[in-house]
Amino acid sequence: MTTTVAVPHHPVESWTQPSRGLVGMACLIVAESAIFIIFVVAYIFYIGKSLTGPTPREVLDLPIFSTVCLLSSSITVHYAVHALQHSRIRATIGWLAGTVLLGGIFIASTAREWYELIYHHGLTVRTNLFGTTFYSLVGLHASHVIAGLMMLGLALLFALAGKLNQHHAERLEVVSIYWHFVDAVWVIVFTVVYVLGR
Amino acid sequence: MATSTRVTGHLDNPTASGSHRGALAVLQDWLTTVDHKKIGLMYIGYALVFLLIAGFQALLMRVQLLVPNNNFVSPEVFNRLFTMHGTTMVFFVGMPILFGFGNYLVPLMIGARDMAFPRLNAFSFWISAFGGFLLYFSYFAGSGLYGAGTAPDVGWFAYAPLTSRVFSPGHSTDYWTLSIFLSGIGSIGTALNIVATTLCMRCPGMKLNRMPLLVWLYLVVACLVFVTISPLTAAQIMLCLDRYLGAHFFDTQAGGSAVLWMHFFWIFGHPEVYILVMPAFAFANEIIPVFSRKAIFGYPAMVAASVCIGFISLSVWAHHMFTVGMGPGPNAFFTFATMVIAVPTGIKIFNWLATLWGGNIHFTTPMIFSIGFLFQFLIAGLTGVMLAVSPFDWQLGNSYFVVAHFHYVLVGGILFMIFAAFYYWYPKMTGRMLSERLGKWHFWLFVIGFHLTFDFMHVPGLLGMPRRIYTYEADRGWAIWNLIVSSGAVFQAAATLLFAYNLVHSYFKGEIAGPDPWDAWTLEWSTSSPPPSYNFAVTPTVDSRRPLWDRKHPEETDAQYE
Repeated sequence: MTTTVAVPHHPVESWTQPSRGLVGMACLIVAESAIFIIFVVAYIFYIGKSLTGPTPREVLDLPIFSTVCLLSSSITVHYAVHALQHSRIRATIGWLAGTVLLGGIFIASTAREWYELIYHHGLTVRTNLFGTTFYSLVGLHASHVIAGLMMLGLALLFALAGKLNQHHAERLEVVSIYWHFVDAVWVIVFTVVYVLGR
Repeated sequence: MATSTRVTGHLDNPTASGSHRGALAVLQDWLTTVDHKKIGLMYIGYALVFLLIAGFQALLMRVQLLVPNNNFVSPEVFNRLFTMHGTTMVFFVGMPILFGFGNYLVPLMIGARDMAFPRLNAFSFWISAFGGFLLYFSYFAGSGLYGAGTAPDVGWFAYAPLTSRVFSPGHSTDYWTLSIFLSGIGSIGTALNIVATTLCMRCPGMKLNRMPLLVWLYLVVACLVFVTISPLTAAQIMLCLDRYLGAHFFDTQAGGSAVLWMHFFWIFGHPEVYILVMPAFAFANEIIPVFSRKAIFGYPAMVAASVCIGFISLSVWAHHMFTVGMGPGPNAFFTFATMVIAVPTGIKIFNWLATLWGGNIHFTTPMIFSIGFLFQFLIAGLTGVMLAVSPFDWQLGNSYFVVAHFHYVLVGGILFMIFAAFYYWYPKMTGRMLSERLGKWHFWLFVIGFHLTFDFMHVPGLLGMPRRIYTYEADRGWAIWNLIVSSGAVFQAAATLLFAYNLVHSYFKGEIAGPDPWDAWTLEWSTSSPPPSYNFAVTPTVDSRRPLWDRKHPEETDAQYE
C-alpha cells in the first residue's frame, strides 16, 4: 500500500466529550492529592515521636475563625462562577472579591500563628519532628492557598478591567474546582494536625 | 501521494517552502515548537543521547567487574557510575523515550490535531530536559564552585541516612534530588496531557472501546504517573527540607525513620516499573497483530488486564523491603499481592500468543524483536515470582540475582519493545524505512549479547555475589561468570552502535516508506509520512477498532462484527 488511505468522513450524531479543562484539573487534583497523602502519612507516622518539646498540645490552638473563613470561601467562589455563567459581571466581581478576602484572612492568620510559634514558643522546622512535619504539611497547604489566591486574584483583576465575560465561565469553574480542592485538603489537615495530633 | 486532495495540497504549500530556511530559523522552530510530533521526537532524541551515556557507564562497570581484584576505576567512581547509570536509565531514558512515543502516537491514533494542552506539553519536555542536564552538571559542580565536582554516589534509590548532610556533604545529592524533582514535574504535566487528550480529543466515532490498545495502555500509564511520581516528588521535597533547612524526616538521630524513606521511595519505585513496561506492552499490542495479519485476540480482556495491573501495582511496593524485617503480616500480604499481579500479566502473554496462533506471521525486524520480548519477558516474570516469595528473597535480596531479574525486565522486555517500536514507526516519523538487513544484524547481535550477559548474571547472584560491590576475591568462584557477563556487554554495545548507525544512515539513504508501509490498520497510517503539522486534512471518522481495515476491505468491515 503506497497510496494515502483516506478515511471516510461522515457526520456522527451527538459526539460529545468531556471538557479538557475540567479533565486536566481533575488530573492535577489526583496528583496533588498523592503528594498531600505522603505528607499526611509522614505527619501521622511521627505523631508523639519527637525526642524534645514543645509538643502540639502545648503550643497549638484550634484555628476556628480562619477555618470558617476558608470553608466559606468555597461557597463564595461557587456563587462567583454561577453569576458569571449568567453574565452577571458585577455579582461575579463581588463574589470573587469576597473569596480573595476570605482566603487572605486565612493566610494572614496562618502567618500570625507561625510568628507566634517561631518567636514565642521557639518552634522551627529543625526543633523536633513535630516542627518538621507541622511546618511542611501546613506550609504545603498554605502554598496551595497562595497559588489559588493568585489565580482568583488574576480573575478578579480581569473582571475589574472588564475583560471577563460569560465565555470564561468554564475557565473560572476550573479555578473554582482547584479552590474547592484546597479547602477539602484543609479539612484533612485540620483533622490530622489540630484534632488527632493534639 | 496520488490521492492527496485539493485541500491537503493547499495546506501543504506553506510547509513545502519551509525547507529553504536557514539553520537558525530551523533551530528556533524546534526550540519554540508546541507540535506534539516535534516534541515527541525531541523526547526520543534526548532519551537516545542519555541511552548512549548510561550504556557507556554500564560498560565501564562491566570492565571493572571483568576480573577479580580489578582496579580499572576507583571505588568512588564506581559508586557514581552505578548511581548515575540507574538514575539516568529510569528517569532520563525510560520515561522520556516512552513519553516521546506517546506524544507522537496518541494524537495521531485517535485522529486529533494535537495534544489537549500543547504549551503545557512543551513546558513538560523542557523542564524534564533541564532535569537531565542538571543531573550531569553535577559532574562539574557537585562540590560547589571551589572543589572538584562529583556526581551523586548514593545509589539510585538513595537510602537514608546516607543522603543526610553528614554522610553526603557537598551538593551532589542535591543535584540528584532536584533533577528528579524537575523531571517528575515534567512527567506529571505530560501524563495530565495524555489523559486529557485521550478523554477529550478523540475524533468522531472513536469511542473508548474502539481506541487502539496503545492509547488505552498510555491512559493507564498516565493515571499511574499521578499516584506514583507524586509520592516521589513529595519525598524529594522532604529530603530537600532535611538537607537545606535541617528538618528531621529521615534523620534517625532525631527520631526520624530511615524505613519511611524506603516506603516512600518504593511506593514510587515499584509502580514505576509498570509505568515503564506498559508502553512496551502497548507497542506489542500494535505490532504483533499487524505482522500476524490478525486482529488482536481478546481486546476487552487486554484492556481489563491493563487496568488491573495498574491497580495491583500500587500494592506491591514493599516486596523490595522483605529484608528490612517488616513482620509476618506485611510479608505475607506483599508476597500475595506480588504473585497476584502475575495473573493479569499472564492474561496478556496468552492473548499475544493467541494473536500469533494461526496468523500469517511476517518476520520483519519489529516482529522478531516483539517475539524476543515475549520469551524474555516471560522469563523475567518468572524470576519475579520467585523473588516475590519472601524467604527466597531473604536469601537473594540485594544480590546479582535481583540485578539480573530486573535487567531482564528492563532490557529483555522494555528495551526490545522500544527497538521494535523504532523499526515499526521510524517510517512514519521520517518517511524512510530503517534498513532491514542492519535490523536483523542488530537483533541477533543484541539477542546473543543480552543472553550472555543477563542469563549468566543470575549465577553469581545464586552464588552470593552482592550487587554494587566494587570488586571481589578470586577464590569466590564468581570470576568465570563475571567474565561471561562482561563479554556479553561487548555484543550489546556493538548492536547498539549498529542501531545508531542505522538510524542516521536510513534517514538519508533509506527506502522511501510511503504513508502505510506495513499495511496496518490504525489512523496514524492514513496520513502521509512524516505527517503534516496539522496531522489530518479532514478530521477522520471511525466505525471500528481498525478504521483502515474497514477502508481497505469495504466488503467485510470490522464494524459488522464489533
